[in-house]
Amino acid sequence: MVPLFFQVLKPRLWTCPESSISLIHRPLPAKRAPPPPPALGPRAVCGACFCAAFEAEVLHTVVAGRLLPPGAVVAVGASGGKDSTVLAHVLQVLAPRLGISLRLVAVDEGIGGYRDAALAAVRRQAARWELPLTVVAYADLFGGWTMDAVARSTAGSGRSRACCTFCGVLRRRALEEGARLVGATHIVTGHNADDMAETVLMNFLRGDAARLARGGGLGSPGEGGALPRCRPLQLASQKEVVLYAHFRRLDYFSEECVYAPEAFRGHARHLLKLLEAARPSAVLDLVHSAERLALAPAARPPAPGACALLDGLNRGRPRLAIGKGRRGLDEAGPPRDGEPERAPAPEAVPAF
Amino acid sequence: MCQVGEDYAEPASEEPPPRQPGREQKCVKCKEGLPVVVIRAGDAFCRDCFKAFYIHKFRAVLGKNRLIFPGEKVLLAWSGGPSSSSMVWQVLEGLSRESAKRLRFVPGIVCIDEGAACGLSPEARAKTLAEMKLILQTVGFPWHVVALEEVFDLPPSVLRCFAQEPVETEGAYKAAVDSFLQQQHVLGAEGAGDSPSLAQGEEQLSWPCTQDPQNPQSPDRPPTAAQTEALSRLFDSVKTLTAKEELLQALRTHLILHVARTHGYSKVMTGDSCTRLAIKLMTSLALGRGAFLAWDTGFSDERHGDVVVVRPMREHTLKEVAFYNHLFAVPSVFTPALDTKAPEKASIHRLMEAFMLRLQDQFPSTVSTVYRTSEKLVKAPRDGCAASPPGPRCLLCMCALDIDTAGLCLPSPGCSEEGIGEWVLGFSSPLVPSAPLYLQTVPRLLGLRLPCICPRRSPPPHRPLHPAVLQGWGGCRAAVGGPGPVRGAALLSQGGPPSLRHRAAVLRLPREHEGLALPGPPATLHLGRGPAPQPEGLHRAADPGVPG
Repeated sequence: MVPLFFQVLKPRLWTCPESSISLIHRPLPAKRAPPPPPALGPRAVCGACFCAAFEAEVLHTVVAGRLLPPGAVVAVGASGGKDSTVLAHVLQVLAPRLGISLRLVAVDEGIGGYRDAALAAVRRQAARWELPLTVVAYADLFGGWTMDAVARSTAGSGRSRACCTFCGVLRRRALEEGARLVGATHIVTGHNADDMAETVLMNFLRGDAARLARGGGLGSPGEGGALPRCRPLQLASQKEVVLYAHFRRLDYFSEECVYAPEAFRGHARHLLKLLEAARPSAVLDLVHSAERLALAPAARPPAPGACALLDGLNRGRPRLAIGKGRRGLDEAGPPRDGEPERAPAPEAVPAF
Repeated sequence: MCQVGEDYAEPASEEPPPRQPGREQKCVKCKEGLPVVVIRAGDAFCRDCFKAFYIHKFRAVLGKNRLIFPGEKVLLAWSGGPSSSSMVWQVLEGLSRESAKRLRFVPGIVCIDEGAACGLSPEARAKTLAEMKLILQTVGFPWHVVALEEVFDLPPSVLRCFAQEPVETEGAYKAAVDSFLQQQHVLGAEGAGDSPSLAQGEEQLSWPCTQDPQNPQSPDRPPTAAQTEALSRLFDSVKTLTAKEELLQALRTHLILHVARTHGYSKVMTGDSCTRLAIKLMTSLALGRGAFLAWDTGFSDERHGDVVVVRPMREHTLKEVAFYNHLFAVPSVFTPALDTKAPEKASIHRLMEAFMLRLQDQFPSTVSTVYRTSEKLVKAPRDGCAASPPGPRCLLCMCALDIDTAGLCLPSPGCSEEGIGEWVLGFSSPLVPSAPLYLQTVPRLLGLRLPCICPRRSPPPHRPLHPAVLQGWGGCRAAVGGPGPVRGAALLSQGGPPSLRHRAAVLRLPREHEGLALPGPPATLHLGRGPAPQPEGLHRAADPGVPG
């Protein structure tokens, strides 16, 4: 099966089956024989039709899942990458119909040479769409900890890929703080189907039953005082997201984080690419599987919150909160000067 | 079988690690024997301790779950491979023990000759079969060799779901043990010192072959050429290896169940090892069977109602199995499978196997981590998902359909009468004179009995717009395969970039949500498969009151 992506870019002249004329929309006559059953496999459509269909799909996901009620103030987690760029653009197109207002919230993790360029892209997007942008920095929120500092701190602990675990948990907290700052009622993130499929594979390979039990679904309603979160792009594959960005000529930042090559996620990502090549529906099948997993209630230990991680970092024992030695958290340790004062209780931060 | 090779590829495994001279290191268990095998890092076992460890694991799994009652007839599914051979040998060993520790069930062996599906020549099949029969005769249990071609003779009732009554295992087990002991006591008083199971054993030995007095028409005869032809046509009509594997799996299961039912076995034991189960789990996950993982990989699998499938080898890793078979000369037969010599990327199954074994090399805890996670899965549906036990079931895997209220493991987004008809026709064409009744039944039941989301013919489902419904899930969708010469099957197959498949319905959404309607294209873009659903049908079907 040839993925749609390659069919669309095929350099021959073709007509869009939707509009009958290449690249021009024309409504079909009202009385017309029903089209013949489509040929098996994908059909090529023109860019405009593809984008319209993509937008309709996101609209459907939001409406059918009741993700964003009218009147919601929605904080879009903007990283400058393709997913969040496409999400922000689609939501901006749909905003008048959904009756929502958008705010961009970007997180500055403090990763030298990577984040600055990405934030510049976010600023350009915000200017283009005239959306209010708020940037929250790890350094301000977490008592001076930037990701570079965390990476230095975890580097000596044997397993350097731990630094992505920190980044993920802290970013979640930072986004929450940023959203509250702008008065948002909902948070949306740009996770696509590939991301979710990777996550479920990775959680199985790591045996993370807690995250498996919580995962799936289109979002979380926001328990424990947290803002409700959702992922409107969860049913769109990465290819479609890239394609949409291409057709809409969106300007995004597409470099990998400097720490990403060390992450365990790389294995899951590699596997997913192979699976998708062997069977294109594998990605969505994995997303569906994740939705339907049923785990024993006892198998849901709490995942470490941002506070636990920061506590470990501050005591100079970064592995405390994520490794097997989670028990060590109860030990008393000398608090550092930069301890954040307004840190709420850990249970206020549901993890992914 | 590839795993055995993989294990042998590590030269250090069999011998004690070279950095510690063998003279100094002793068995970690008895502290005196000469270690011969390192199972986990640092745990060197001597021959006797390894044997005790291995046997104990097998018996502990059975003892812990208490599902096999004394005196019960148990069918051992033997493929000839290392794990199932090891399982047969464990049972053999357990039955020959002194009476206090003897396994007390009555075993039989079934093996399925899958040569036709794998495209083997009749000579190769005969050779394999002869090898297998030699081993079967050595073992001495009653055995049933069934060719895969016999699926054409299966009655459609195989697809029927038998009622499942919840059994209170603990009490039932105790009662069974009591009655068994009583019976043994009575028999012991009557017979001159002969233990009943020995008497049973003799009875079995006098009936060593598959000839069944009640069913004389299924003797051990080779399948006809026409049947073989039909079977290979069936497998040829399935394009992808993923689909072939799933189809073979379904047919094999149905055959084994059929043998078990006709011969009165109430349990089936399969030799899935821990490694195999971890791979199977990940494969099922990637095929969208997330809701059924606990059935697919748990110790017991009660989905078939009257016959329960158990997996007693689930605590043994392939490495342990391979070394046990090697050290204690457990014979096994090499039979080429569907994926033998297939490239790594040929199917989801192959990919997942290669990936897991490679990752296991880098992170030696991978398999056990996945396996332990699978133990935390429960068979009840997830909170918030539809939980109606008597709901419709998938005809191939017999699992409850995991799509809320209306859907199919074999989805039928465009399931038209024509499509189904053609599929049936495809199998009953003149080339296949003996109509494969059972195989016809699958699509027939699919069309007639199960709820269908095709709006023309059935009441609307409650959540038609959930992409899950419109896409259909489950490995069983894979089982009916990639587009083949049979159009009906092709209609049911995967097609297109996945999320395009429900776009047809999405574009009809605006009627439902008048205020939210997109201007843009009229509602005619139909990128899915099959004829376009009727707009009014979908409109009626759309129930905005149920959240997605």
